[in-house]
Amino acid sequence: MGETSVNFAKASTTALQDPQLRANFRRAMDGLMSKRAVQFADSKEWNAVRALGASVRLRALSKLPELLEKLEANCTRNGIQVHWASTTDEANAIVLSIMQRVNAKLVVKGKSMVSEEMHLNAFLEQHGIESLESDLGEYIVQLDEAMPSHIIMPAIHMNTKQIAHLFKQKIKEAEYTEDVAQLTDLARRVLRKKFATADVGISGVNMAVAETGTLCLVENEGNGRMSTTVPPVHIAVMGLEKVVEKLEDVPPVISLLTRSATAQPITTYVNMISSPRKEGEKDGPREIHLVILDNGRSSIYADEELRNTLRCIRCGACMNHCPVYTKVGGHAYEAPYPGPIGSILVPQMEGLAKRGELPHACTMCNACVEICPVKIPIVEIMGRLRAEAVHPGDSVKGAGSRASKAEAMVWKGWSMTYASPLAYRFATGLLAKLGNAAPTSLPLLKEWTNVRAKPRFASRTLHDLAREKGIPDV
Amino acid sequence: MSEARPTDSRNAILGKLRAGRDAHPLTPPESDFTVLRDKRWAPSERLDRIKTMMEAVHTEFLETTEADWPTAVQDFLKAQGTRTLLYGTATEAGQRLAASWTEGGPELVPYDGPVETFKERLFDGIDAGITTTLGAIADTGSLIVWPTPEEPRLMSLVPHMHLALLRADQLYDTFWQAMTENRWADGMPTNALLISGPSKTADIEQTLAYGVHGPKRLVVVVIR
Repeated sequence: MGETSVNFAKASTTALQDPQLRANFRRAMDGLMSKRAVQFADSKEWNAVRALGASVRLRALSKLPELLEKLEANCTRNGIQVHWASTTDEANAIVLSIMQRVNAKLVVKGKSMVSEEMHLNAFLEQHGIESLESDLGEYIVQLDEAMPSHIIMPAIHMNTKQIAHLFKQKIKEAEYTEDVAQLTDLARRVLRKKFATADVGISGVNMAVAETGTLCLVENEGNGRMSTTVPPVHIAVMGLEKVVEKLEDVPPVISLLTRSATAQPITTYVNMISSPRKEGEKDGPREIHLVILDNGRSSIYADEELRNTLRCIRCGACMNHCPVYTKVGGHAYEAPYPGPIGSILVPQMEGLAKRGELPHACTMCNACVEICPVKIPIVEIMGRLRAEAVHPGDSVKGAGSRASKAEAMVWKGWSMTYASPLAYRFATGLLAKLGNAAPTSLPLLKEWTNVRAKPRFASRTLHDLAREKGIPDV
Repeated sequence: MSEARPTDSRNAILGKLRAGRDAHPLTPPESDFTVLRDKRWAPSERLDRIKTMMEAVHTEFLETTEADWPTAVQDFLKAQGTRTLLYGTATEAGQRLAASWTEGGPELVPYDGPVETFKERLFDGIDAGITTTLGAIADTGSLIVWPTPEEPRLMSLVPHMHLALLRADQLYDTFWQAMTENRWADGMPTNALLISGPSKTADIEQTLAYGVHGPKRLVVVVIR
């Protein structure tokens, strides 16, 4: 495939050796898990609302092309201009052409994971446009010239002290303080000026309602409302799976989303936008553009099983509960979407040649599946992608790219041994005699013994002992 | 960028989705809204629940009556040292407020022109804004706010304090109930909002801080 593979193993090893990072994640994840559990303490209610949420998402997927057309028609009727992008390059080009038409110099952004997929900030900066993140966590990460480490709490990898130093270093008027209220107030002062003067506001979309042509955004800070209300132009970017059929589908999904994500019964703001400023209205953008991005989603959709990846409502609960993510943190994944959902989504978007390691960043413990508010079979998909990576085929980009002759031979040998009593008796007998003498540095065995103790073989096999007790061979 | 490309992408995306779906159609389970339909509180409990939930996220409540609310608002703001109050001149509430406003209270500032003529003052010179609401939701402790030409969107967002008038008989059990009973799907406004507290963030080490970008204080004026 010619694509370099991203090295999760290496990045995670580095992350594991950073005690500060591990402490920051441990503390945050423990808090999030216990608070979420309180929100869903009533298991009857949880099961019912979860089933409803899953049905809303599945119904949307069952009619996806029709709903997207309906969304487009209703948005257009409402005065929202709809654009379609097959790739992130196309999406960036669409955004840029709007910016250039209105001669935009400064953009304020509400939080949007799709814009992270697009690497939109870097792209705009290459074209001389300042693109400023306004969600506090995203703002911190942008000041730090880093990537978000969590889809809901972008700066969760940092503690207050680290943020205090960052602000002192990067913001002109900053005095050093570790007082969170003062740090927050500083960001407020800096960003208010930007909201008031920005030429364009960019946001993501939590849900788009086909029935009414409405874009729904949930947030706590008010930066999303600022970005979508103050600048004269608003551009919303969404993945094509974010559509729901009816307006009444919104309340159950929002309830699952906010409780799963941050353990709140609801966010401070639920912002539903259906049109640009109408005649006589005194504020709001004069233009709204909706960019609908594919970026591999239509290929994911084509596969009956993998399609379930697109149910996701981006709550991040799977990360908070993942024994891998909570240890290594988000940056080790080197992807816009980390954690369990990232480990199944990113390989499908970017291909298994580049991202084939990610489905292995999983212990298959099923914690993510148990808490997923829309019941995505994450672990099954993880297994499927592991298999796709070693079997050439056309259902996933890069299928077969990780096939290894040595591994294939080992499995073939294993299956032959287990299919033949004679071979099995010979192989186990051999291991009983010589297994302990095998050096830990043997190829393949080394992969295991690198990080684990080598198993000790008993001097006699189980079959042997059984025979001695008079249990006959079948 | 040529004009043809976006249309090509549209058709390519929709064509691919259609082919994918038609090859493997999907039958979704029935959506059973009973869990939302059954979420009910006695009318007498709704307001208590709204208060409890919203106070938990730093919302303040001012209890008053139909006859007294303009005076109650003025007295409250005087006590807070508020200098300016943004209001809508064309609403019934705005007219009552202006009619009963007395000397010595905060300056009443009308939001009566397009934001472009007013942005600097809005961002720098306004302490508080007052709006009406369409009621509140017991389930989550949320105000329903539909901005209008008379009460523009930024009134409830930019001033440091947002006062929201809530009539004690306009309470719903759930968000779902409010939108289905009032048939929102028949015509959504430019912008519809649920507001459940003052602006807040926990992005710095999970520590809750209020007033990050929007109002630092939310005061619900309950009118009985």
